[in-house]
Amino acid sequence: MYAQLVKSEGSKSREDMTPEEIAFQDRIDRNEKIEPKEWMPEGYRKTLIRQIGQHAHSEIVGQLPEGNWITRAPTLERKAILLAKVQDEAGHGLYLYCAAETLGVSRDELLEKLHSGNMKYSSIFNYPTLTWADMGAVGWLVDGAAIMNQVPLQRTSYGPYSRAMIRICKEESFHQRQGYDIMMKMCAGTPEQKAMAQDALNRFWYPALMMFGPSDKDSVHSAQSMAWKIKMNTNDELRQKFVDQTVPQAEYLGLTVPDPDLKWNEEKGGYDFSEPDWSEFFAVIAGNGPCNAERLGARVKAWEDGAWFRDGLMAHAAKAGERARTARHAAE
Amino acid sequence: MSSEWPLWEIFIRGQHGLNHRHVGSLHAPDAEMAIRNARDVYTRRNEGVSIWVVKSNDITASSPSEKGPLYDPSNSKVYRHPTFFDIPDEIGHM
Ligand SMILES: [Fe+2]
Ligand SMILES: [Fe+2]
Ligand SMILES: [Fe+2]
Repeated sequence: MYAQLVKSEGSKSREDMTPEEIAFQDRIDRNEKIEPKEWMPEGYRKTLIRQIGQHAHSEIVGQLPEGNWITRAPTLERKAILLAKVQDEAGHGLYLYCAAETLGVSRDELLEKLHSGNMKYSSIFNYPTLTWADMGAVGWLVDGAAIMNQVPLQRTSYGPYSRAMIRICKEESFHQRQGYDIMMKMCAGTPEQKAMAQDALNRFWYPALMMFGPSDKDSVHSAQSMAWKIKMNTNDELRQKFVDQTVPQAEYLGLTVPDPDLKWNEEKGGYDFSEPDWSEFFAVIAGNGPCNAERLGARVKAWEDGAWFRDGLMAHAAKAGERARTARHAAE
Repeated sequence: MSSEWPLWEIFIRGQHGLNHRHVGSLHAPDAEMAIRNARDVYTRRNEGVSIWVVKSNDITASSPSEKGPLYDPSNSKVYRHPTFFDIPDEIGHM
């Protein structure tokens, strides 16, 4: 979801595993946490770096669509709330980068791969946020979908990742509630305001469904990741859960989910719903969504424009350290 | 020049008079900035009343392969636990 298309390293049957790999899998099956310096298969390490990195990039790039409205929030209170929400997302990105770094990749390497397009972030952040109601839809649907995926990941096998997810989950429900709160206000407002809310739902519904990644039948790398407990549920399971949770919330708002085929299915105890347009999903992932160039451009610009500042602080720290050493020498 | 800011490990004392606890890490050019950044990254919701920062490079950790030699010896010393000793009920709480 925040990590939608993570290529997983080769899946092995137990007969083909080395004794070390068998012992490792047994630890995971016993729900033991794997910690940074412990032995792990190279594929586990690489897959985790990709997944945690993609997740971190999503948190960071995810600040941009909402950042777009901070200066134009309708009240000072809404502005303060949105600012706090967006700041949380920066924090989420930082927790996750740190978790990835424990696997032996550097922060700069991760950022370089994002900036050069070699690592992805969630497709959802390549859609524009056109009206204030989009801030409601993003909190409600996008953070709602994120929570659906992140709650089970608290139990993931890699210790630092699991601990980052626990911190993140504590903060996410504020995000979803503030979004739903905006939607409630809009829907209780003028007909124009309610129409804005409906329009936001119309535009974000299918992109939100895409957040869970391709359908299970096209999701090639799931089995190994699930055996390693770095993926806890299949894409379709989570998508179904999300739809079942969200439809009644839309009904409460008096909004219509933009899916004529949406229907309660008594037998399966869930809704039947239309799949998103997967060709659109793959196009957005490949870089051809409405805002890909703008989002990545903003990241690269921030990184490049900040270079003199990062270097300046390092130079200052080096000089101050040098001065302190000289002073200590003189005193001895 | 462009060298990456060093990594710092962050320890925070929560509200409850407990020990400082490791909460995560972050990059910062120096200790002072590490504390400022830790305030923003790890205490946005009043999670702490005191912050320690330590350069990650300055931490020496026991290696996972030493687990056995380091910790196994304490397994056989059950008399270190109070439940090892049977005290008659008449004695009351001890
Ligand atoms: Fe987040
Ligand atoms: Fe998020
Ligand atoms: Fe969030």
